[in-house]
Amino acid sequence: MDFSHGFGLILLITGQCLLITIAVLLSLAFLMFADRKIWAAVQMRKGPNVVGVFGLLQSFADFLKYIFKEIIIPAGSDKVVFLLAPLITFVLSLIAWSVIPFNNGWVLTDINVGILFIFAVAGLEVYGVIMGGWASNSKYPFLGSLRSAAQMISYEVSIGFIIIGILISTGSLNLSKIVLAQDGSYGIFSWYWLPHFPMVILFFISALAETNRPPFDLPEAEAELVAGFQVEYSSTPFLLFMIGELMTVVLMCALISILFFGGWLSPIPLLPDGIFWLVAKILLLFFMFSMVKAIVPRFRYDQLMRLGWKVFLPMSLTWVVIVATLAQFGISGYVRW
Amino acid sequence: MQPLILAYYFFAGITLFSALFVVLSRNPVHSVLWLILTFFGASGLFILLGAEFLALILMIVYVGAVAVLFMFVVMMLNIDFKEIKSRLTKYLPLGVLIGLVLFVELGLVFGDFVPALSPKGDKNLLINEEIENTRQLGLVLYTDFIIYFQLAGIVLLIAMLGAIVLTHQRRKDVKKQDILTQIYRDPDNSIELKDIKPGQGL
Repeated sequence: MDFSHGFGLILLITGQCLLITIAVLLSLAFLMFADRKIWAAVQMRKGPNVVGVFGLLQSFADFLKYIFKEIIIPAGSDKVVFLLAPLITFVLSLIAWSVIPFNNGWVLTDINVGILFIFAVAGLEVYGVIMGGWASNSKYPFLGSLRSAAQMISYEVSIGFIIIGILISTGSLNLSKIVLAQDGSYGIFSWYWLPHFPMVILFFISALAETNRPPFDLPEAEAELVAGFQVEYSSTPFLLFMIGELMTVVLMCALISILFFGGWLSPIPLLPDGIFWLVAKILLLFFMFSMVKAIVPRFRYDQLMRLGWKVFLPMSLTWVVIVATLAQFGISGYVRW
Repeated sequence: MQPLILAYYFFAGITLFSALFVVLSRNPVHSVLWLILTFFGASGLFILLGAEFLALILMIVYVGAVAVLFMFVVMMLNIDFKEIKSRLTKYLPLGVLIGLVLFVELGLVFGDFVPALSPKGDKNLLINEEIENTRQLGLVLYTDFIIYFQLAGIVLLIAMLGAIVLTHQRRKDVKKQDILTQIYRDPDNSIELKDIKPGQGL
């Protein structure tokens, strides 16, 4: 069969899409389980341990539970928008994976503006939240959605500026080129985390806020603010919201590994590069996300806004100027083109 | 070429169809949602033209930021659309005039009118397929068009300052939380232990 054009090409691309989707969703099931286990371990509980060996199949049991429940749609809701919102969240967090390079050349669509694509998709995710809250036609979800939309927009700004710093160093918006620019003879020390050091921490914290993870999980602060925009959701739509959010978290882990920690490059110069390293980096970062969830108390809303606009935004903006100056004078490590 | 033409009709169809529904839908929030779909279609058309940078900037700026603000405003305000619709005939002449001006402009662009600085007018600015278009845009934006670029920046800055001046007001009768004093408080200087005798009080 000819896979270079026509029907064969369509078949090939569909196959690749399916491969990525299935791989991401399947690993998500176990990541969700890992998240709960880590959380439990910090609190000296056992966590899920009933379904399967060590409770490994817990996520699949939860999945079945969610899809077999009744879908409840509030009588006063805007039905189309109500059901569209979780779909948007889910689909958007899935399509961003199409530009992630898993290895040298292992990428579904190697577009020139890959990083912009991810940024655009992350920006669109706010619509799932707003539409869900509005369509529920109820005060709590509506206020919750306004709250989380404002939060997501605020931290996107600083994420954008941090990315600009990386772009100045690389001279390209292609994700594969960003990784290849970090390929040097010093292994782990040629990656961008060293020249762009303070921004790694800023990006990590902004990613926490952008994905509504603790300590910035005000959208889901079930104890004090009800459950935010997803109060009225049940069953499969709720599952889509939940999977979508977790997938965005994993995507952010992948993005941090690609931007700052050299993607598929090996940390030790002599060892071979490969997808193994990217997976290891994603897992390590996901572990850090889980640990933050377990050990840090929740932020207050005004502090969250202050941190985003008055601390992170000026810092990242200053960093763009600093990086541009260093790159202009050709300081090594800041210019890789 | 066949798939490209199909894709063109697909995106153009989406753009026109959703633009129609921006005007026709009765619910203002639905209008904004249709508007977002219109932006999608337009950015698809940009991608077909090979302008992937513009397409994604359109998504980030218009869909990711501007339309969110529209959405916020439209959802918060209780707009009575029946009343606005009832005044439709009053504003019809003005609307027709604006439409006419736009059509004349479009006609000029597609006609023989060539502005001094344009890909058509200046041979140096011809689209080069070799260079990726983000780099190409940067090469002209910071050299030939630097004045326009800076002017646009200044206009935006003034708009931003104006918005801040209009909305920012300090009210003296409202207690505000000072975050630094909150962070630097410690039990030593914020708690006082007193020994209170029964029946006396403080």
